[in-house]
Amino acid sequence: MNNQQKWVAFETIVRREIRRFMRIWPQTLVPPVITMALYFVIFGKLVGSRIGEMSSLPYIQFVAPGLIMMSVITNSYSNVVSSFFGSKFQSNIEELLVSPTPNWIILVGYIVGGMARGLGVGLIVTLLSIYFADFSLYSLPVTIGIVLMTSLMFSLAGLINAIFATSFDDISIIPTFVLTPLIYLGGVFYSIELLTGFWKSLTLLNPILYMVNAFRYGMVGITDINIVGSFAMVGLFSTILFFLALWLLEKGSRLRS
Amino acid sequence: MKTTENSALQIKGLAKTYDNSFQALKGIDLKVSQGDFFALLGPNGAGKSTTIGVICSLVRKTSGSLKIFGIDIDQDFSAAKQYVGVVPQEFNFNQFEKPIDILVTQAGYYGIPAPVATERAHKYLKLLGLWEKHNVPSRSLSGGMKRRLMIARALIHEPKLLVLDEPTAGVDIELRRSMWDFLEDINRHGTTIILTTHYLEEAERLCRNVAIIDKGKIVQNTSVKNLIKQLNKETFILDIKGEINNIKTIDGYPLTMVDNSTLEVAVDKDKSLNQLFNHLTNEGIEIISMRNKANRLEELFIDMVEKNLTTDEVSKDE
Repeated sequence: MNNQQKWVAFETIVRREIRRFMRIWPQTLVPPVITMALYFVIFGKLVGSRIGEMSSLPYIQFVAPGLIMMSVITNSYSNVVSSFFGSKFQSNIEELLVSPTPNWIILVGYIVGGMARGLGVGLIVTLLSIYFADFSLYSLPVTIGIVLMTSLMFSLAGLINAIFATSFDDISIIPTFVLTPLIYLGGVFYSIELLTGFWKSLTLLNPILYMVNAFRYGMVGITDINIVGSFAMVGLFSTILFFLALWLLEKGSRLRS
Repeated sequence: MKTTENSALQIKGLAKTYDNSFQALKGIDLKVSQGDFFALLGPNGAGKSTTIGVICSLVRKTSGSLKIFGIDIDQDFSAAKQYVGVVPQEFNFNQFEKPIDILVTQAGYYGIPAPVATERAHKYLKLLGLWEKHNVPSRSLSGGMKRRLMIARALIHEPKLLVLDEPTAGVDIELRRSMWDFLEDINRHGTTIILTTHYLEEAERLCRNVAIIDKGKIVQNTSVKNLIKQLNKETFILDIKGEINNIKTIDGYPLTMVDNSTLEVAVDKDKSLNQLFNHLTNEGIEIISMRNKANRLEELFIDMVEKNLTTDEVSKDE
């Protein structure tokens, strides 16, 4: 394939991925918006008004960046894992595998598709959050940079999960038993300054803490941890996951017999 | 893309052992010339689908070499794939997508821009009688339509080699015949076709050359004509006028009664049917119709598979 053909193949995968989640918008776009609206109402308005301030910010302003990040993470991940596994399950992944499309194009195509949904939902939730809280963007490059890298990283993780999955149970185990606890314990709802000793050290091992804090820094200018370290960690994880996913595709793991 | 290679497909010593240690292919050799209509026959589990899987990259070979229009898949599988279109046995398209989207998307995977792909998709949907359904979810198509959609999808990048894995399985007779006409037409226009099928009548009608595979080995590789020449006995079913209670035997023509108005006879290839008819006429039996018990190729096929021929017994007619 020449470069123009590769571009067409890439564009085709991305277009198909976007068409997929737009076609089933009541399942893909509406539920996260409703969930986040409830979070804003309950944690922001009802409970938040009683909590008062967190890290010198009104509680709703503190949780909003974490909630936006939460929707980006879960939607990036679930788009790729469900789309890729669905293709495997229905065997229509074979349409791609028999074609001359290089594996790295397949990988990048799915990832961009996942990022499109993650960032799309993130944008809708951001617009929603403006209704509940007052924001002035502290650093646009940090905000955009960390949200892009986080979406990339979780899209990659979703693809790897889908490659290994052999049943629909397998694609819900990671989101339910790994992703959700990491998000809830990753500084979305509280500052790690509230923790001490062992629990604080344990929380520092949670990669989502770094992403949420970097994003919060970009939006409101406060963070519990070092921003450079956050970018370095997300960059490192993304690179490792990218090459792992590519290696699995090249090997044809669980895709070719 | 220009090809100077004479053979569309050349397989040498192809072997495949799956992770569970099942040896599906035990070193097969196969050559399919450009423009051929080639049948790959064999019982279930013989290795047909594994062979096709290797050709289209869904199965990784254990050893051996495979060239598609002279391109070694170990050297440049991506280039070789441009020449191949595959129609798998099972429906493997996204049932929620529309036929038009399935075709345009598939073309995109081959680097064909959307405007060209759309034009081609219209062409093949019309040719295969699917145009009226081009914009409905493909899950609403009938079984025959889904099969034709898979053929259209395999042709969207206009491959020089079309591989069909039991394309007419579960398709009614009328549709099967129209698919045969379509396949014959594209073969006449230069597309090499490899077909696996359980309908041996299909292979006899469509194919010029045939390979029979059994237990991972090629047990016969010849022209359909040569294969049929090897048939030394044909079994006929005779429908007779009225009813009889018994029949006298005749030397060299083992006659058996299927029921009171039907007879079965196995006739050696070198024997004339006249003697049989004379005998039946003398017995006062009037024959109103006559047909082969099984398709001729089917008789041969069953015979070969039952004998469980090994590679040592392979006869290769060029």
